[in-house]
Amino acid sequence: MTRRARLMLFAFAGPGLAAVLVIGFAGLPSFGDYHGVYGHVVTGIELAERHATDIVTALNFDIRAFDTLGEEIILFASVTGVALLLRPLREEEEDEDSEDGGQEAPHVFGGASDALRTISAPLAAFLVALGAYVVVHGTITPGGGFQGGVVLAAGPLAVFVGGRYLASRRLAPDWAVEAMDAAGAAGYVLMGIGGLVFASIFLKNFLPLGSPGHLLSGGFMPLNSIAVGLEVTGAFLLVWTEFLDQALVMREKGGS
Amino acid sequence: MGFLPYAIAAWLFVVGLWGIVVSRNLVRTVLCLTVVQSSTYLVLVGVGYRAGGKAPIVADIPVVERLVDPTVQVLVLTDIVIEATVTALLLALVVQAHKRFGSIDPADLRAISD
Repeated sequence: MTRRARLMLFAFAGPGLAAVLVIGFAGLPSFGDYHGVYGHVVTGIELAERHATDIVTALNFDIRAFDTLGEEIILFASVTGVALLLRPLREEEEDEDSEDGGQEAPHVFGGASDALRTISAPLAAFLVALGAYVVVHGTITPGGGFQGGVVLAAGPLAVFVGGRYLASRRLAPDWAVEAMDAAGAAGYVLMGIGGLVFASIFLKNFLPLGSPGHLLSGGFMPLNSIAVGLEVTGAFLLVWTEFLDQALVMREKGGS
Repeated sequence: MGFLPYAIAAWLFVVGLWGIVVSRNLVRTVLCLTVVQSSTYLVLVGVGYRAGGKAPIVADIPVVERLVDPTVQVLVLTDIVIEATVTALLLALVVQAHKRFGSIDPADLRAISD
């Protein structure tokens, strides 16, 4: 669509949108004047019913676990889409390169300073440890699979930022990244089927709830959290790998 | 003050949408979409806030305390992660568009006629 057509469409639809926005925002309660019923009920009964001291995680991985299943599938589908869109491009261009005989050139990024190089390896170790901590402690303290998964994925990225592209690929090889993504998605569905088998309800919490504040509290929530953590880590690493490979192909073609 | 978070959300929404409308670059279009999306986070978290409410983590506070609504926080935290991968998917589409049309100006996009 040309810019002019878009502007015309916006001029036509804009007043309607403005009216809907004004009506919608006018109907919202004043900030801080909370009217929801669901929130009161959930915060009132969650600890007694599910034994997780982080109510956000309890909602995410148990009470509204079915929503999270849908979100996980969106995540999985979009990452698969990225790989599907970018991989054919990469393979085409790699083929062209090998015809030129210009393959196996070492990938070196000159941009990393000595300080960045020195700190990147310990930083990666720290990030992986922190990410694992955040994933498994989601039921007790703020955290969980979504947040921890992103921190975990930042570990190999720190190695890359330190100028060691090949080392970052060795730390997170393609097969491992793909396996993590798939195992996370499958693991979450398996927890759902576990609920179906042991409690007759899909995604029903079927494990002992434990005592609040302990690592193994909240029944199957920590396991769901780990499954989501694996999937998010795999998803982010896969996306970065695909785009970085694109950038490298372009650079090599550019001859710099 | 009661309307300020919503005013900022509406502003983000309109600014992002305007960016999409006038964009000459698909990368910018995608980034503007993320601006639009961040307005929804503000609305959700704003709607769930209770004056004087504490974070819904009951590890070290009695359950009788006023807590903010955790439901909207769940929506926001999962969507932030998903938004990142959906943005990546859109950017991958931009890469494909560049390969096919040699341009990332949305005005140059045509029907694929192979």
